[in-house]
Amino acid sequence: MATDSESDAVAPRDSSAATGGGGGPERDDAPDADAVRFDREGVRAGFLTGIPVAIGVGGYGIAFGVLASQAGLSVAEAALMSATVLAGASQIIAVELWAHPIPVATIVATTFAVNLRYSLMGAALQPWFRRLSPAQIYGSLVMMADENWALTMRDLQSGSGRGAFLLGSGIALWLCWVGATILGVFAGETIGDPGRYGLDFVLAAVFVALAVDLWEGRSTLAPWLVALGVSVVTANVLPGRWYILLGGLAAAALEVVRRDG
Amino acid sequence: MADVLSLDPLVVGVILAMTVVTVLTKVGGIWLVRRVELSERLQAGLDVLPGAIVIAVLGPELAAGGPAEWGAAALVVAVMWRTESILLALLTGVVGVVSLRALL
Repeated sequence: MATDSESDAVAPRDSSAATGGGGGPERDDAPDADAVRFDREGVRAGFLTGIPVAIGVGGYGIAFGVLASQAGLSVAEAALMSATVLAGASQIIAVELWAHPIPVATIVATTFAVNLRYSLMGAALQPWFRRLSPAQIYGSLVMMADENWALTMRDLQSGSGRGAFLLGSGIALWLCWVGATILGVFAGETIGDPGRYGLDFVLAAVFVALAVDLWEGRSTLAPWLVALGVSVVTANVLPGRWYILLGGLAAAALEVVRRDG
Repeated sequence: MADVLSLDPLVVGVILAMTVVTVLTKVGGIWLVRRVELSERLQAGLDVLPGAIVIAVLGPELAAGGPAEWGAAALVVAVMWRTESILLALLTGVVGVVSLRALL
């Protein structure tokens, strides 16, 4: 593969992280778990960085609120779902499945399948979270959503060492998500189609911006093409959001195989 | 709107069940990798996950869109590349998609 020489150059990663600085010149993001702190400053930085994205997610939250009201959920019920589930795509799919009587098993199973990708996202944080306490790790992960996970990856890869960034950005996201849900349910009858205001494009726009940020040069190309191909094909074959999981796993598998050549 | 504060016990039960399975997915992955010693190969695989997941989310979403969505996505790339500001890129994308949908 054309990118082999470049990926070989960064191959000797230091898995113990004790000596740190395992990265080459184009890779100053080698995880150094010892340098990761969990403090108020990290929460604050995460919260402030998270606000612009959280406001964007608010647009998505209004869309969810509108759909929830159309499904017959009360303000209290929709707000409770946003406050406790905190996973936009699965919530939107759940209210789309909503019917009378409520198909409980289908909704819960679909929610699990749609959110399985969070297991991969959480696992991707492990290099930085190794030295944190279980309470810090799991407390932060409960506040994880797509957008603040991606913001956190960006922050940690820059070498900030801010272990509490996920929690801080999660709090910003949670506040906007719950607030926007309530607004959306009230607006439900008057707003009409959220697509008219481009709100349906917010999630895609956030992810395009993050892709630009996560681009690391030519070594990124092969795994991304695999993720793209697998996700587009499986999205047409399998229901739900399995394509996210399969696309991510296929790219990771490629990387595992091609390491060592 | 009947009663904004009404909480149907069955609905609350479904929401709590959704919460439980979602929390399991959020904490499950790291719980697992904390219990296995990662080889360098697996570590390399984990390293590409963030970008790969972002692409896997985007691919089908953009494939399902049309010229308006593709154009807006290109605008987001351009603004993000030059400014590195997520908020600016986001605003450009939303304004862009609304304008392009009206034009195309």
